[in-house]
Amino acid sequence: MSGILIDRLNVWFGEHERRVDAVKAASLLVPKGGSFGLVGESGSGKSTILRALSGLVPTWTGRMEVLGTPLGKKRDRRFYRAVQMVFQDPYASLHPRHSVDQVLGETLSLHGFRDIDARISRLLADVGLGPAFRFRYPHQLSGGQRQRVAIARALAPEPEILLLDEPTSALDVSVQAEILNLLSDLRRERNLTYLMVSHNLAVVGHICSDIAVMQLGEIVETLSVQQMRAQDTRHPYTRHLLESSLGAIKSGAQG
Amino acid sequence: MTQAPDANLLEVEDLWVKFPTRSGIFDAVRGISFSLGRERLGIVGESGSGKSMTGRAILRLIRPPGRVTAKRIDLEGQNLMDLSERQMRAVRGQRISMIMQDPKFSLNPVMRVGEQISEAYRLHADTSKAEARRKSLEMLEAVKIRDPELVFTLFPHEVSGGMGQRIMIAMMMIPDPKILIADEPTSALDVSVQMQVLEIMDNLVQDRGMGLIFISHDLNLVSAFCDRVLIMYAGRVVETCRADRLHEATHPYTRGLLNSLPRLDAPVDRLEVLKRDPQWRDEHSISGQT
Repeated sequence: MSGILIDRLNVWFGEHERRVDAVKAASLLVPKGGSFGLVGESGSGKSTILRALSGLVPTWTGRMEVLGTPLGKKRDRRFYRAVQMVFQDPYASLHPRHSVDQVLGETLSLHGFRDIDARISRLLADVGLGPAFRFRYPHQLSGGQRQRVAIARALAPEPEILLLDEPTSALDVSVQAEILNLLSDLRRERNLTYLMVSHNLAVVGHICSDIAVMQLGEIVETLSVQQMRAQDTRHPYTRHLLESSLGAIKSGAQG
Repeated sequence: MTQAPDANLLEVEDLWVKFPTRSGIFDAVRGISFSLGRERLGIVGESGSGKSMTGRAILRLIRPPGRVTAKRIDLEGQNLMDLSERQMRAVRGQRISMIMQDPKFSLNPVMRVGEQISEAYRLHADTSKAEARRKSLEMLEAVKIRDPELVFTLFPHEVSGGMGQRIMIAMMMIPDPKILIADEPTSALDVSVQMQVLEIMDNLVQDRGMGLIFISHDLNLVSAFCDRVLIMYAGRVVETCRADRLHEATHPYTRGLLNSLPRLDAPVDRLEVLKRDPQWRDEHSISGQT
Protein backbone atom coordinates (compact mmCIF):
# COMPACT_ATOMS: atom_id res chain seq x y z
CA MET A 1 0.00 0.00 0.00
CA SER A 2 1.19 3.50 -0.69
CA GLY A 3 1.79 5.88 2.17
CA ILE A 4 1.38 9.06 0.19
CA LEU A 5 0.41 9.34 -3.44
CA ILE A 6 0.36 12.70 -5.19
CA ASP A 7 -0.62 12.79 -8.83
CA ARG A 8 -0.50 15.90 -11.02
CA LEU A 9 -1.05 18.26 -8.12
CA ASN A 10 -1.58 21.94 -8.91
CA VAL A 11 -1.72 24.50 -6.13
CA TRP A 12 -2.30 28.20 -6.65
CA PHE A 13 -2.80 31.33 -4.63
CA GLY A 14 -4.87 34.36 -5.63
CA GLU A 15 -7.36 34.68 -8.45
CA HIS A 16 -7.36 35.86 -12.05
CA GLU A 17 -4.46 38.10 -13.00
CA ARG A 18 -2.98 37.89 -9.50
CA ARG A 19 -2.96 34.13 -9.57
CA VAL A 20 0.35 32.53 -8.69
CA ASP A 21 0.87 28.89 -9.55
CA ALA A 22 2.91 27.66 -6.62
CA VAL A 23 2.92 23.98 -7.58
CA LYS A 24 2.52 22.74 -11.15
CA ALA A 25 1.64 19.14 -11.98
CA ALA A 26 3.70 17.59 -9.22
CA SER A 27 3.58 13.83 -8.80
CA LEU A 28 5.28 11.69 -6.20
CA LEU A 29 4.85 8.39 -4.42
CA VAL A 30 6.02 7.50 -0.94
CA PRO A 31 5.62 3.83 0.00
CA LYS A 32 4.28 3.06 3.47
CA GLY A 33 7.18 3.19 5.91
CA GLY A 34 9.31 5.08 3.40
CA SER A 35 10.97 8.43 3.76
CA PHE A 36 10.91 10.98 0.99
CA GLY A 37 12.60 14.37 0.78
CA LEU A 38 11.60 17.49 -1.11
CA VAL A 39 14.45 19.88 -1.83
CA GLY A 40 14.68 23.19 -3.62
CA GLU A 41 15.10 26.84 -2.84
CA SER A 42 12.54 29.00 -1.10
CA GLY A 43 9.59 29.73 -3.32
CA SER A 44 10.02 26.49 -5.24
CA GLY A 45 6.77 25.12 -3.79
CA LYS A 46 8.13 22.38 -1.57
CA SER A 47 6.40 23.57 1.60
CA THR A 48 3.23 24.26 -0.38
CA ILE A 49 2.97 20.56 -1.24
CA LEU A 50 3.07 19.73 2.48
CA ARG A 51 0.51 22.39 3.24
CA ALA A 52 -1.85 21.22 0.50
CA LEU A 53 -1.49 17.64 1.67
CA SER A 54 -2.26 18.56 5.27
CA GLY A 55 -5.35 20.55 4.25
CA LEU A 56 -3.98 24.02 4.97
CA VAL A 57 -4.40 25.21 1.37
CA PRO A 58 -7.85 24.71 -0.17
CA THR A 59 -6.98 25.80 -3.73
CA TRP A 60 -5.65 22.71 -5.42
CA THR A 61 -6.53 20.26 -8.14
CA GLY A 62 -5.16 16.83 -8.91
CA ARG A 63 -5.19 13.64 -6.92
CA MET A 64 -3.83 13.03 -3.44
CA GLU A 65 -4.11 9.77 -1.51
CA VAL A 66 -3.01 8.97 2.00
CA LEU A 67 -2.78 5.29 3.00
CA GLY A 68 -4.96 4.38 0.02
CA THR A 69 -7.75 6.86 0.85
CA PRO A 70 -8.32 9.69 -1.65
CA LEU A 71 -8.35 13.16 -0.11
CA GLY A 72 -11.14 15.65 -0.72
CA LYS A 73 -11.35 19.32 0.12
CA LYS A 74 -12.48 18.51 3.64
CA ARG A 75 -10.52 16.13 5.84
CA ASP A 76 -12.05 13.91 8.49
CA ARG A 77 -10.78 13.19 11.96
CA ARG A 78 -9.21 9.94 10.81
CA PHE A 79 -6.98 11.89 8.47
CA TYR A 80 -5.74 14.20 11.19
CA ARG A 81 -4.96 11.23 13.39
CA ALA A 82 -2.99 9.53 10.66
CA VAL A 83 -1.11 12.58 9.39
CA GLN A 84 0.77 15.02 11.60
CA MET A 85 3.15 17.84 10.88
CA VAL A 86 6.32 19.15 12.53
CA PHE A 87 7.11 22.76 11.70
CA GLN A 88 10.36 24.54 11.12
CA ASP A 89 10.49 26.95 13.98
CA PRO A 90 9.87 25.45 17.41
CA TYR A 91 9.87 28.98 18.82
CA ALA A 92 6.81 29.88 16.78
CA SER A 93 4.94 26.59 16.74
CA LEU A 94 4.42 26.19 20.51
CA HIS A 95 1.97 28.36 22.41
CA PRO A 96 4.09 30.60 24.66
CA ARG A 97 1.60 30.49 27.54
CA HIS A 98 0.84 26.79 27.48
CA SER A 99 3.00 24.39 29.46
CA VAL A 100 4.27 21.21 27.82
CA ASP A 101 1.59 19.37 29.77
CA GLN A 102 -1.17 21.56 28.31
CA VAL A 103 0.20 21.34 24.78
CA LEU A 104 0.26 17.55 24.80
CA GLY A 105 -2.90 17.20 26.92
CA GLU A 106 -4.96 19.35 24.55
CA THR A 107 -3.85 17.37 21.51
CA LEU A 108 -4.64 14.08 23.23
CA SER A 109 -8.09 15.15 24.39
CA LEU A 110 -8.93 16.53 20.93
CA HIS A 111 -8.20 13.11 19.54
CA GLY A 112 -10.40 11.47 22.17
CA PHE A 113 -7.84 9.68 24.29
CA ARG A 114 -8.82 8.79 27.83
CA ASP A 115 -5.57 7.89 29.61
CA ILE A 116 -4.05 11.31 29.00
CA ASP A 117 -1.87 11.39 32.08
CA ALA A 118 -0.05 8.16 31.31
CA ARG A 119 0.24 9.06 27.64
CA ILE A 120 1.92 12.40 28.32
CA SER A 121 4.61 10.71 30.42
CA ARG A 122 5.15 8.13 27.72
CA LEU A 123 5.33 10.72 24.93
CA LEU A 124 7.93 12.73 26.82
CA ALA A 125 9.99 9.60 27.39
CA ASP A 126 9.68 8.68 23.70
CA VAL A 127 11.26 11.94 22.58
CA GLY A 128 13.99 11.79 25.21
CA LEU A 129 12.66 14.36 27.66
CA GLY A 130 12.47 13.54 31.36
CA PRO A 131 9.33 13.97 33.48
CA ALA A 132 10.85 17.20 34.82
CA PHE A 133 9.97 18.91 31.55
CA ARG A 134 6.27 18.28 31.83
CA PHE A 135 5.28 21.48 33.57
CA ARG A 136 7.69 23.81 31.84
CA TYR A 137 6.76 26.59 29.46
CA PRO A 138 8.37 26.98 26.02
CA HIS A 139 10.60 29.87 27.15
CA GLN A 140 12.15 27.55 29.73
CA LEU A 141 13.28 25.13 27.04
CA SER A 142 16.19 25.24 24.62
CA GLY A 143 15.58 25.13 20.86
CA GLY A 144 16.28 21.39 20.70
CA GLN A 145 14.01 20.64 23.65
CA ARG A 146 11.23 22.68 22.06
CA GLN A 147 11.55 20.75 18.83
CA ARG A 148 11.31 17.52 20.87
CA VAL A 149 8.06 18.80 22.38
CA ALA A 150 6.79 19.64 18.89
CA ILE A 151 7.66 16.11 17.78
CA ALA A 152 5.94 14.67 20.87
CA ARG A 153 2.83 16.66 19.99
CA ALA A 154 2.92 15.30 16.46
CA LEU A 155 3.27 11.76 17.80
CA ALA A 156 0.41 12.17 20.28
CA PRO A 157 -2.43 10.89 18.06
CA GLU A 158 -0.26 7.92 17.02
CA PRO A 159 0.05 8.99 13.41
CA GLU A 160 1.34 6.84 10.58
CA ILE A 161 2.66 9.74 8.53
CA LEU A 162 4.78 12.67 9.65
CA LEU A 163 5.17 15.74 7.47
CA LEU A 164 8.44 17.45 8.41
CA ASP A 165 8.92 21.03 7.29
CA GLU A 166 12.60 21.91 7.76
CA PRO A 167 12.58 20.34 11.23
CA THR A 168 16.19 21.17 12.07
CA SER A 169 17.04 24.33 10.17
CA ALA A 170 16.51 26.56 13.22
CA LEU A 171 18.83 24.42 15.37
CA ASP A 172 22.56 24.22 16.06
CA VAL A 173 24.47 21.43 14.34
CA SER A 174 25.02 19.48 17.56
CA VAL A 175 21.31 19.69 18.39
CA GLN A 176 20.42 18.94 14.78
CA ALA A 177 22.30 15.63 15.11
CA GLU A 178 20.23 14.71 18.20
CA ILE A 179 16.93 15.52 16.50
CA LEU A 180 17.89 13.68 13.29
CA ASN A 181 18.83 10.61 15.33
CA LEU A 182 15.53 10.84 17.19
CA LEU A 183 13.61 11.03 13.91
CA SER A 184 15.43 7.99 12.47
CA ASP A 185 14.79 6.00 15.66
CA LEU A 186 11.11 6.89 15.75
CA ARG A 187 10.63 5.92 12.15
CA ARG A 188 12.26 2.55 12.68
CA GLU A 189 10.37 1.80 15.90
CA ARG A 190 6.94 2.86 14.68
CA ASN A 191 7.20 2.20 10.98
CA LEU A 192 6.33 5.83 10.27
CA THR A 193 6.22 7.36 6.79
CA TYR A 194 8.11 10.63 6.42
CA LEU A 195 7.70 13.38 3.87
CA MET A 196 10.37 15.91 4.63
CA VAL A 197 11.10 19.35 3.22
CA SER A 198 14.58 20.76 3.52
CA HIS A 199 17.03 22.92 1.65
CA ASN A 200 19.93 21.03 3.22
CA LEU A 201 20.83 18.11 0.96
CA ALA A 202 23.01 16.48 3.61
CA VAL A 203 20.11 16.41 6.06
CA VAL A 204 17.74 14.99 3.46
CA GLY A 205 20.40 12.47 2.47
CA HIS A 206 20.66 11.32 6.05
CA ILE A 207 16.94 10.85 6.71
CA CYS A 208 15.44 9.97 3.34
CA SER A 209 15.89 7.24 0.77
CA ASP A 210 14.42 9.14 -2.18
CA ILE A 211 14.25 12.80 -3.04
CA ALA A 212 12.46 15.09 -5.45
CA VAL A 213 14.11 18.30 -6.58
CA MET A 214 11.78 21.26 -7.09
CA GLN A 215 12.28 24.44 -9.04
CA LEU A 216 9.69 27.12 -9.74
CA GLY A 217 6.80 24.92 -8.64
CA GLU A 218 7.75 21.88 -10.67
CA ILE A 219 9.40 18.64 -9.70
CA VAL A 220 12.34 18.65 -12.09
CA GLU A 221 13.88 15.37 -11.01
CA THR A 222 13.19 12.45 -8.69
CA LEU A 223 16.13 10.33 -7.67
CA SER A 224 17.35 7.99 -4.97
CA VAL A 225 19.80 9.14 -2.34
CA GLN A 226 22.39 6.72 -3.77
CA GLN A 227 22.07 8.44 -7.12
CA MET A 228 22.37 11.81 -5.44
CA ARG A 229 25.55 10.75 -3.63
CA ALA A 230 27.01 9.39 -6.83
CA GLN A 231 26.04 12.68 -8.51
CA ASP A 232 24.10 10.64 -11.02
CA THR A 233 21.72 13.41 -12.03
CA ARG A 234 20.13 14.42 -15.28
CA HIS A 235 18.78 17.87 -14.56
CA PRO A 236 21.22 20.81 -14.50
CA TYR A 237 19.47 22.40 -11.53
CA THR A 238 19.98 19.28 -9.40
CA ARG A 239 23.64 19.34 -10.31
CA HIS A 240 23.85 23.00 -9.38
CA LEU A 241 22.27 22.29 -5.97
CA LEU A 242 24.61 19.35 -5.38
CA GLU A 243 27.62 21.37 -6.34
CA SER A 244 26.75 24.21 -4.00
CA SER A 245 26.36 21.73 -1.13
CA LEU A 246 29.31 19.53 -1.95
CA GLY A 247 31.42 22.53 -2.94
CA ALA A 248 31.49 23.85 0.59
CA ILE A 249 32.57 20.49 1.98
CA LYS A 250 35.15 19.70 -0.66
CA SER A 251 36.94 23.02 -0.70
CA GLY A 252 37.06 22.81 3.09
CA ALA A 253 38.51 19.32 3.14
CA GLN A 254 41.12 19.91 0.50
CA GLY A 255 42.13 23.43 1.38
CA MET B 1 46.32 55.75 10.08
CA THR B 2 50.02 56.31 10.14
CA GLN B 3 50.61 52.61 10.62
CA ALA B 4 52.52 50.22 8.45
CA PRO B 5 50.25 48.43 5.96
CA ASP B 6 50.86 45.07 7.59
CA ALA B 7 49.82 46.21 11.06
CA ASN B 8 46.64 44.71 12.44
CA LEU B 9 43.47 46.65 11.93
CA LEU B 10 41.96 45.51 15.16
CA GLU B 11 43.44 44.25 18.41
CA VAL B 12 41.11 42.92 21.07
CA GLU B 13 42.50 42.02 24.47
CA ASP B 14 40.70 40.43 27.39
CA LEU B 15 37.16 41.20 26.27
CA TRP B 16 34.33 40.43 28.69
CA VAL B 17 30.59 40.87 28.21
CA LYS B 18 28.52 40.58 31.37
CA PHE B 19 24.81 40.63 32.00
CA PRO B 20 23.41 40.92 35.51
CA THR B 21 20.57 38.44 36.08
CA ARG B 22 18.46 37.53 39.06
CA SER B 23 20.80 34.63 39.80
CA GLY B 24 24.01 36.62 39.58
CA ILE B 25 26.17 37.94 36.78
CA PHE B 26 26.15 35.98 33.54
CA ASP B 27 29.35 36.17 31.52
CA ALA B 28 28.46 35.91 27.85
CA VAL B 29 32.04 36.50 26.71
CA ARG B 30 34.83 35.60 29.09
CA GLY B 31 38.14 37.26 28.47
CA ILE B 32 38.88 36.60 24.82
CA SER B 33 41.74 38.13 22.86
CA PHE B 34 42.25 38.22 19.13
CA SER B 35 43.52 40.38 16.34
CA LEU B 36 42.30 41.07 12.85
CA GLY B 37 44.48 42.01 9.90
CA ARG B 38 43.45 42.40 6.29
CA GLU B 39 41.98 38.94 6.34
CA ARG B 40 38.80 36.98 6.73
CA LEU B 41 38.46 35.83 10.32
CA GLY B 42 35.69 33.35 11.07
CA ILE B 43 34.12 32.98 14.51
CA VAL B 44 32.14 29.77 14.89
CA GLY B 45 30.22 28.30 17.77
CA GLU B 46 26.74 27.25 18.79
CA SER B 47 24.03 29.65 19.87
CA GLY B 48 24.95 31.02 23.25
CA SER B 49 28.68 30.63 22.71
CA GLY B 50 29.13 34.41 22.69
CA LYS B 51 30.08 34.84 19.06
CA SER B 52 27.45 37.47 18.24
CA MET B 53 28.11 39.24 21.54
CA THR B 54 31.76 39.53 20.54
CA GLY B 55 30.79 41.26 17.30
CA ARG B 56 28.44 43.63 19.05
CA ALA B 57 30.89 44.38 21.85
CA ILE B 58 33.49 45.58 19.33
CA LEU B 59 31.02 48.21 18.13
CA ARG B 60 30.00 48.85 21.74
CA LEU B 61 26.44 47.95 20.87
CA ILE B 62 25.74 46.12 24.13
CA ARG B 63 23.05 48.08 25.91
CA PRO B 64 22.83 48.47 29.69
CA PRO B 65 22.38 46.56 31.93
CA GLY B 66 24.85 44.55 29.83
CA ARG B 67 28.45 45.61 30.37
CA VAL B 68 31.55 45.37 28.21
CA THR B 69 35.03 45.45 29.65
CA ALA B 70 38.32 44.97 27.87
CA LYS B 71 41.97 45.81 28.36
CA ARG B 72 41.76 47.30 24.92
CA ILE B 73 39.86 47.21 21.64
CA ASP B 74 42.32 48.97 19.38
CA LEU B 75 41.13 50.06 15.97
CA GLU B 76 44.21 51.12 14.03
CA GLY B 77 45.92 52.08 17.27
CA GLN B 78 42.95 53.89 18.82
CA ASN B 79 41.31 52.32 21.84
CA LEU B 80 37.55 52.21 21.25
CA MET B 81 36.94 51.69 24.97
CA ASP B 82 38.10 55.27 25.62
CA LEU B 83 35.74 56.90 23.13
CA SER B 84 32.58 58.71 24.12
CA GLU B 85 29.24 57.54 22.76
CA ARG B 86 29.34 60.49 20.36
CA GLN B 87 32.75 59.57 19.04
CA MET B 88 31.63 55.95 18.75
CA ARG B 89 28.91 57.02 16.36
CA ALA B 90 31.58 58.20 13.97
CA VAL B 91 33.21 54.78 14.14
CA ARG B 92 30.05 52.78 13.52
CA GLY B 93 29.30 52.51 9.86
CA GLN B 94 32.21 54.66 8.78
CA ARG B 95 35.15 52.60 10.03
CA ILE B 96 33.52 49.40 11.22
CA SER B 97 30.21 48.31 9.81
CA MET B 98 28.02 45.34 10.52
CA ILE B 99 25.74 43.13 8.47
CA MET B 100 23.08 41.32 10.45
CA GLN B 101 21.40 38.02 9.79
CA ASP B 102 18.08 38.97 8.34
CA PRO B 103 17.69 41.88 5.90
CA LYS B 104 13.95 41.89 6.64
CA PHE B 105 14.66 43.19 10.13
CA SER B 106 17.61 45.43 9.44
CA LEU B 107 16.24 47.51 6.56
CA ASN B 108 13.75 50.27 7.28
CA PRO B 109 10.42 48.91 5.96
CA VAL B 110 8.88 52.30 5.14
CA MET B 111 11.80 53.84 3.29
CA ARG B 112 12.81 53.19 -0.30
CA VAL B 113 15.94 51.12 -0.71
CA GLY B 114 17.78 53.87 -2.56
CA GLU B 115 17.06 56.51 0.06
CA GLN B 116 18.44 54.22 2.76
CA ILE B 117 21.68 53.70 0.93
CA SER B 118 22.01 57.40 0.09
CA GLU B 119 21.33 58.28 3.69
CA ALA B 120 24.09 55.94 4.84
CA TYR B 121 26.46 57.70 2.47
CA ARG B 122 25.42 61.25 3.31
CA LEU B 123 25.74 60.60 7.04
CA HIS B 124 29.43 60.01 6.59
CA ALA B 125 30.33 62.05 3.54
CA ASP B 126 29.36 65.67 3.09
CA THR B 127 27.84 65.58 -0.41
CA SER B 128 24.82 66.63 -2.40
CA LYS B 129 21.77 64.46 -2.85
CA ALA B 130 22.53 63.96 -6.52
CA GLU B 131 26.06 62.80 -5.80
CA ALA B 132 24.79 60.41 -3.11
CA ARG B 133 22.30 59.01 -5.57
CA ARG B 134 24.99 58.44 -8.17
CA LYS B 135 27.18 56.71 -5.59
CA SER B 136 24.30 54.55 -4.39
CA LEU B 137 23.49 53.40 -7.92
CA GLU B 138 27.15 52.58 -8.42
CA MET B 139 27.16 50.57 -5.20
CA LEU B 140 24.01 48.67 -6.19
CA GLU B 141 25.77 47.76 -9.38
CA ALA B 142 28.82 46.64 -7.41
CA VAL B 143 26.68 44.13 -5.49
CA LYS B 144 25.50 42.72 -8.84
CA ILE B 145 21.98 44.10 -8.88
CA ARG B 146 20.92 43.98 -12.49
CA ASP B 147 18.64 46.99 -12.66
CA PRO B 148 19.93 49.49 -10.05
CA GLU B 149 17.61 52.27 -11.22
CA LEU B 150 14.57 50.10 -10.55
CA VAL B 151 15.76 48.62 -7.27
CA PHE B 152 16.63 52.11 -6.05
CA THR B 153 12.90 52.93 -5.99
CA LEU B 154 11.67 49.73 -4.34
CA PHE B 155 10.65 49.18 -0.75
CA PRO B 156 12.34 46.39 1.26
CA HIS B 157 9.24 44.16 1.13
CA GLU B 158 9.41 44.22 -2.66
CA VAL B 159 12.82 42.54 -2.85
CA SER B 160 13.80 38.93 -2.21
CA GLY B 161 15.93 37.82 0.72
CA GLY B 162 19.07 37.47 -1.36
CA MET B 163 18.59 40.87 -2.92
CA GLY B 164 17.82 42.38 0.50
CA GLN B 165 21.10 41.08 1.83
CA ARG B 166 22.94 42.49 -1.18
CA ILE B 167 21.30 45.85 -0.51
CA MET B 168 22.50 45.61 3.10
CA ILE B 169 26.01 44.92 1.86
CA ALA B 170 25.80 47.93 -0.46
CA MET B 171 24.63 50.11 2.41
CA MET B 172 27.37 48.90 4.73
CA MET B 173 30.11 49.24 2.15
CA ILE B 174 29.25 52.69 0.87
CA PRO B 175 31.03 54.65 3.64
CA ASP B 176 34.13 52.60 2.79
CA PRO B 177 34.79 51.10 6.23
CA LYS B 178 38.01 49.38 7.28
CA ILE B 179 36.32 46.45 8.95
CA LEU B 180 33.14 44.57 8.17
CA ILE B 181 31.50 42.43 10.82
CA ALA B 182 29.07 40.00 9.22
CA ASP B 183 26.85 38.22 11.75
CA GLU B 184 25.36 35.15 10.06
CA PRO B 185 24.90 37.12 6.85
CA THR B 186 23.61 34.20 4.82
CA SER B 187 21.79 31.95 7.30
CA ALA B 188 18.44 33.34 6.20
CA LEU B 189 19.22 32.65 2.54
CA ASP B 190 18.98 29.60 0.28
CA VAL B 191 22.04 27.50 -0.44
CA SER B 192 22.16 28.60 -4.05
CA VAL B 193 21.91 32.31 -3.21
CA GLN B 194 24.23 31.95 -0.23
CA MET B 195 27.31 31.38 -2.36
CA GLN B 196 26.47 34.30 -4.63
CA VAL B 197 26.11 36.74 -1.72
CA LEU B 198 29.32 35.49 -0.12
CA GLU B 199 31.19 35.93 -3.36
CA ILE B 200 30.03 39.52 -3.71
CA MET B 201 31.00 40.27 -0.13
CA ASP B 202 34.34 38.57 -0.56
CA ASN B 203 35.24 40.50 -3.71
CA LEU B 204 34.42 43.85 -2.13
CA VAL B 205 36.37 43.03 1.01
CA GLN B 206 39.41 41.93 -0.96
CA ASP B 207 39.35 44.80 -3.45
CA ARG B 208 39.26 47.38 -0.70
CA GLY B 209 41.79 45.66 1.55
CA MET B 210 39.31 45.39 4.39
CA GLY B 211 39.24 43.12 7.40
CA LEU B 212 36.25 40.82 7.73
CA ILE B 213 34.90 39.17 10.86
CA PHE B 214 32.56 36.44 9.74
CA ILE B 215 30.32 35.08 12.48
CA SER B 216 28.56 31.84 11.67
CA HIS B 217 27.43 28.53 13.09
CA ASP B 218 28.09 26.80 9.79
CA LEU B 219 31.46 25.07 10.01
CA ASN B 220 31.64 24.10 6.36
CA LEU B 221 30.89 27.59 5.21
CA VAL B 222 33.50 29.16 7.48
CA SER B 223 36.05 26.58 6.49
CA ALA B 224 35.48 27.26 2.81
CA PHE B 225 35.24 31.00 3.04
CA CYS B 226 37.62 32.33 5.72
CA ASP B 227 41.39 32.47 6.25
CA ARG B 228 41.49 31.89 9.98
CA VAL B 229 38.93 30.59 12.47
CA LEU B 230 38.24 31.06 16.16
CA ILE B 231 36.07 28.37 17.71
CA MET B 232 34.09 29.65 20.66
CA TYR B 233 32.49 27.69 23.46
CA ALA B 234 30.77 29.15 26.51
CA GLY B 235 32.20 32.61 25.98
CA ARG B 236 35.77 31.50 25.39
CA VAL B 237 37.93 30.67 22.43
CA VAL B 238 38.70 26.96 22.71
CA GLU B 239 40.67 26.61 19.53
CA THR B 240 42.04 28.64 16.69
CA CYS B 241 43.32 27.34 13.38
CA ARG B 242 43.69 28.04 9.70
CA ALA B 243 40.29 27.78 8.07
CA ASP B 244 41.36 25.22 5.50
CA ARG B 245 42.69 23.06 8.33
CA LEU B 246 39.43 23.20 10.28
CA HIS B 247 38.72 19.59 9.43
CA GLU B 248 41.94 18.60 11.19
CA ALA B 249 41.00 20.49 14.36
CA THR B 250 41.95 18.70 17.55
CA HIS B 251 39.85 20.13 20.36
CA PRO B 252 37.16 17.60 21.33
CA TYR B 253 34.49 20.28 21.07
CA THR B 254 35.42 21.19 17.50
CA ARG B 255 35.71 17.50 16.62
CA GLY B 256 32.28 16.89 18.14
CA LEU B 257 30.73 19.67 16.08
CA LEU B 258 32.36 18.41 12.89
CA ASN B 259 31.26 14.84 13.49
CA SER B 260 27.68 15.80 14.23
CA LEU B 261 27.23 17.13 10.70
CA PRO B 262 25.51 14.78 8.27
CA ARG B 263 27.64 14.48 5.14
CA LEU B 264 26.53 13.78 1.64
CA ASP B 265 29.81 12.13 0.69
CA ALA B 266 30.18 10.03 3.85
CA PRO B 267 26.83 8.63 4.96
CA VAL B 268 26.53 7.16 8.46
CA ASP B 269 23.78 5.24 10.20
CA ARG B 270 23.70 7.36 13.31
CA LEU B 271 25.10 10.83 13.73
CA GLU B 272 27.54 11.38 16.52
CA VAL B 273 26.06 13.42 19.33
CA LEU B 274 28.25 15.97 21.02
CA LYS B 275 29.13 15.01 24.60
CA ARG B 276 29.96 18.14 26.52
CA ASP B 277 32.82 18.00 28.93
CA PRO B 278 32.28 20.44 31.86
CA GLN B 279 36.01 21.01 31.80
CA TRP B 280 35.74 22.88 28.49
CA ARG B 281 34.04 25.75 30.27
CA ASP B 282 36.96 26.24 32.60
CA GLU B 283 39.83 25.95 30.16
CA HIS B 284 41.72 29.11 29.47
CA SER B 285 40.76 31.10 26.45
CA ILE B 286 43.16 30.63 23.58
CA SER B 287 44.58 33.79 22.13
CA GLY B 288 43.62 34.53 18.55
CA GLN B 289 46.27 37.23 18.22
CA THR B 290 48.80 37.16 15.45
